[in-house]
Amino acid sequence: MSLLHLAIIAPFILAFFVPFFYKKIKAVHTGWFVLILPAILFAYFLRFLPAVKNQGAIQETVNWIPSLGIDFTAYVDGLGLLFALLITGIGSLVVLYSIFYLSKAKENLGSFYVYLLMFMGAMLGVVLSDNLIVLYTFWELTSFSSFLLIGYWYHRERSRYGAQKSMLITVFGGLAMLGGFLLLYFMTGSFSIREIISQAGDMTGDPFFIPALILVLLGAFTKSAQFPFHIWLPDAMEAPTPVSAYLHSATMVKAGIYLVARMSPVFAEEGTWFWLVSIFGIITLVWASFNAVKQTDLKAILAFSTVSQLGLIMSLLGIGAAALHYTQLNDNIYMAATVAAVFHLINHATFKGSLFMVAGIVDHETGTRDIRHLGGLMHLMPITFTIALIGTFSMAGLPPFNGFLSKEMFFAAMVNVLSLDIFNLETYGVLFPVLAWVGSVFTFIYSMILLFKTFTGKQPAQKWEKKPHEAPLGMLLSPIILAALVIVFGLFPNILSASIIEPAADAIMPAFAEAGQAFNVNITMWHGFSAELYMTIAVVVVGLFLYVFLPKWKHIYNIFPKKLSLNALYDQGLVRTEKISKNMTNAYMNGSIRSYMIYIFIAFIGILSYSMIEKKAVSFELSNLAPIGVYEIVLAIIITVASITILFAKSRLTSIIALGAVGYTVALFFVLFRAPDLALTQLVIETVSVALFLLAFYHLPKMSRKEERIRFKMASAVVSLGVGVVVTLIALSAHNNKLFDSIAQYYIENTKEQAGGANMVNVILVDFRGFDTMFEIAVLGIAALGIFGMIKLRLSRRQDG
Amino acid sequence: MRKTNDLILQTVTKIVSFMIFMFALHIFFAGHNNPGGGFVGGLLTSGAIVLLLLAYDLKTVAGSLPIDYKILIAVGLLFAVGTGLGSLVFDVPFLTHAHDIFTLPILGETHLHTAVLFDIGVYLVVVGTTMTIIQTIGENE
Repeated sequence: MSLLHLAIIAPFILAFFVPFFYKKIKAVHTGWFVLILPAILFAYFLRFLPAVKNQGAIQETVNWIPSLGIDFTAYVDGLGLLFALLITGIGSLVVLYSIFYLSKAKENLGSFYVYLLMFMGAMLGVVLSDNLIVLYTFWELTSFSSFLLIGYWYHRERSRYGAQKSMLITVFGGLAMLGGFLLLYFMTGSFSIREIISQAGDMTGDPFFIPALILVLLGAFTKSAQFPFHIWLPDAMEAPTPVSAYLHSATMVKAGIYLVARMSPVFAEEGTWFWLVSIFGIITLVWASFNAVKQTDLKAILAFSTVSQLGLIMSLLGIGAAALHYTQLNDNIYMAATVAAVFHLINHATFKGSLFMVAGIVDHETGTRDIRHLGGLMHLMPITFTIALIGTFSMAGLPPFNGFLSKEMFFAAMVNVLSLDIFNLETYGVLFPVLAWVGSVFTFIYSMILLFKTFTGKQPAQKWEKKPHEAPLGMLLSPIILAALVIVFGLFPNILSASIIEPAADAIMPAFAEAGQAFNVNITMWHGFSAELYMTIAVVVVGLFLYVFLPKWKHIYNIFPKKLSLNALYDQGLVRTEKISKNMTNAYMNGSIRSYMIYIFIAFIGILSYSMIEKKAVSFELSNLAPIGVYEIVLAIIITVASITILFAKSRLTSIIALGAVGYTVALFFVLFRAPDLALTQLVIETVSVALFLLAFYHLPKMSRKEERIRFKMASAVVSLGVGVVVTLIALSAHNNKLFDSIAQYYIENTKEQAGGANMVNVILVDFRGFDTMFEIAVLGIAALGIFGMIKLRLSRRQDG
Repeated sequence: MRKTNDLILQTVTKIVSFMIFMFALHIFFAGHNNPGGGFVGGLLTSGAIVLLLLAYDLKTVAGSLPIDYKILIAVGLLFAVGTGLGSLVFDVPFLTHAHDIFTLPILGETHLHTAVLFDIGVYLVVVGTTMTIIQTIGENE
């Protein structure tokens, strides 16, 4: 167990102690105890920066289930470290923010911090695991802890709805991903991502390769809220705002991004990967930014905005995969897409985190998050306004903030698609820059809505619940730090490039690092009059125009019917599934034993006849049969007549007596076939059971004693005939397929000699196979005690009176 | 209702049930070499008791045969399992039987077999089972 493992597990350990702090030390807000850990972890992970830059990666292994190839291997490379820093850094800020956001008196802080720490540990585990099964374990832990956090205010119906929805969708994806991981294991024989990457070239022709790719992508898309699985994210906004800021903007939703980036070296050579990742990413970008404009809730806007930005990063990762097809190029322009993805990942975490915190402050100070009831807060909350301005302008992609840089790089990458000459991109490639541009226009519009509808204009007519004023400093501290980072990264982007972006991009595209083509990331604010600059200018102009005339064209959102939305589809799907499965269950589990017997017998006939026909086992060899005597024929006729009498008798009494006749005839058969012990027993037992039948008959209730024939049912007749035919066929065929001699010879020889008896049947029963007899008499005893218990202990009837 | 007189039935029963009982014992002991054994012997014994039940009534029979048949089941099972466990004492597998010819004081040369002990278990369980069932149902109102 190395220090690195301890760092990953530390949040779980602390989570264990949080309730003690919460219960024992009531004077201090529990969050202060929690805050220490992510801060220490952040500092700890910062120390990896030089090592990762120089050596590439650090690996530590602890055995977990070595026999199955599952070991807890912690692997820190540029990508993992970037995420670990995000998780711990933003984690510390979110914990700090939550200390002031959540009231000590009103909220159950113990659970909150336990869930949050569980989530933090799980997320660290996801990004720092080299083993796929360990990764999956932590992945599901993030789903669970996210479920708990979304449902934190579990007395609200919407919270429970959102929690369930996110659970269903992310767990669906998680399980698909597990399937993909298992397929990867079948192909490579290893769960280690390193190992799999080293064998990536051998897998391309494998029939499992594409299914594995699609399953892994399903996991990534559901977690990262890509179209059409993005619907859970807006409903997850019922969580407390620190949770939204942490999970649903900076960390958990980027787990899918992480997975795509991590798996790029395995799958990126494949054209399907390029298409799926970039197309789904760009569709998500446009669809979500388009939908964000119509939202009225601050957090809903931010949720759709997150979805669209995740789509942006995803599409960049997809385009980045194209770089692998041009390895011969010295200055690979497609590599820029990967760099842009990494850079925007960082930027998005900073500005989106601060914006969520701003939304939380506005909510906290005014009591509403609805932009229709907000306005004119600029003078009341100047600091919050400044932070919001920085965040929204960065999100819209305006200089001098970091969003501008990554947006420029995004446009550059999308324009570069035009020069691709693979996968038919000569014809369809133009879609990418166009869609990217449209998405950016909508991004600009909702960013402006977010800022100006909240902070400028007139204050609304009706008063807010509280008198708004500037938030306390503690609450502002975290968003101020994040907003400061937005500006710092915007003005000096290169402090990031050498230390973290390059190693991360190396980890995503190891093919280049191995080839020694170390690329230098150099992000500059001004890079001449290029296509992307004109695109940005056009975005601003068109965006401003559309924003000003928003009321004029807003009704186009009503064209699209609500019934056809993805949410309605999900809700309807859930209701339908429940209804269909209920109907199905009710249709066949009808409570009638007759039906169940029919199912059982039909299955019996079906399986047996199929296997007999399939194996060609039916045979009618008649050569080795014994001669049939007169007595046998007579007895067979008697037994047949008696059996038919049972079926067609009008009176139950007749049936009972006919059954007795069958039993006695069987005893006669035993005599005929020389089985005196059986004959004796059969005679006595038949007598007893007929007496018991008569007893049961005598006690039938008078009401239902009405004597009538068994009603004829076609289905029953067919099934019973089928069973009879199948059993007869099996008996005949089995008789003709005797593969080995009987072991009876042994008993004939040894009954007298070894067991000292002459009655072979009895010797077998008590000596050779006495064990069976012992349990058969146990069965008899149990039956007797059961009858005794049933008759003597009638508690319920006695209670009924 | 006038009480019927079962004199003939009861008198015949007195003799016949004894004969059935003897026959049952015969069948039981003959079991190892001739048709029969614990199972049929037990059933016939219960037959004799049932005949008594038919001729008299539950109370009378319970008075003359004061047996709790549920305990009989337990004793029978103990015999069967005990026989099996006994073989473990002699370091042979469970339920290994032994038999030999002994010279006993009165009976002379006798063939004794541990399987008989096992069969006694079967016999007792069968008697216990049938009688428990019949008695329970008979007592039920």
